Amino acid sequence: MELFSDDFTDGNALAGPLREIFAVDMTTATGRCAGCGDEGPVAGMKVYAHAPGLVARCPSCQQVLMRLVRGPSSAWLDLRGTMSLRIPMPAE
Amino acid sequence: MGGIVSPGFRGRRGVEGGEVRLPPGQYLTEDFPVLTAGPTLRVPTDTWEFVIVTETGEKHRWDWQQLMALPSERPTVDLHCVTKWSKLHTSWQGVSLDVLLEGVDTAADYAMVHSYGGYTTNLPYEDLLHGQAWIAYKFDGEDLTPEHGGPARLLVPHLYLWKSAKWVRGITLTDEDTPGFWESAGYHDYGDPWREQRYQGD
Ligand SMILES: [Zn+2]
Repeated sequence: MELFSDDFTDGNALAGPLREIFAVDMTTATGRCAGCGDEGPVAGMKVYAHAPGLVARCPSCQQVLMRLVRGPSSAWLDLRGTMSLRIPMPAE
Repeated sequence: MGGIVSPGFRGRRGVEGGEVRLPPGQYLTEDFPVLTAGPTLRVPTDTWEFVIVTETGEKHRWDWQQLMALPSERPTVDLHCVTKWSKLHTSWQGVSLDVLLEGVDTAADYAMVHSYGGYTTNLPYEDLLHGQAWIAYKFDGEDLTPEHGGPARLLVPHLYLWKSAKWVRGITLTDEDTPGFWESAGYHDYGDPWREQRYQGD
């Protein structure tokens, strides 16, 4: 298999949809890939938006890190490809 | 073989009072939008294979030449995407799953479809039978392009288009239903456009 085309945007495309769910800006959170272990900001994920939902993939290994589906009365966030998310918080 | 209309559509679609009837919530489009959950891959036909694995682990394998040697059909079908566009009277060529499953000994109730690139989608085994599903390799008389899932994709037009997996590589038959890529992230397990089964709970 070789790459034919790759129509993605960066993780900043997740800012609005995630702001609907979380009280903080999630694009500056650091995610760790459950596939390859690489760490990086949510804003650096590869986001495929021409799909039934938003699909965010690891820029290193293509593993699906996040699936976000917005229905009329629910949002589904599937994070099984993300081992952890470190979310910057205001100092207490 | 001539044009075949999916039996699921007969009597439910068509022109009524000059209006084309669409499933609820859908709008008509003339172009063919490309939706994808990842990079578009070019899968060469010389290494392509399609494998059906039964619930007992028995494998049935076809390479590209073997697929081409099977009798094909030219279904004309309507496509309904869960993102609300519908495209009518699309022309395909492919091998019916009835042909591929003919020699497969199974009592499975469910099927999980696998694609090159890792995509999956689930459906009841019955929905692959009776002229409802094809491994399609031509669209509009031309080889299916990678953007639209070539060299071959599943075509199950009686369900929302996310079930018609692009870059199809195999089907695993199972006793239990397991949700696929979108079915595990909020989309409906079955996805009948005429009952508007978009999301879980619809
Ligand atoms: Zn990774």
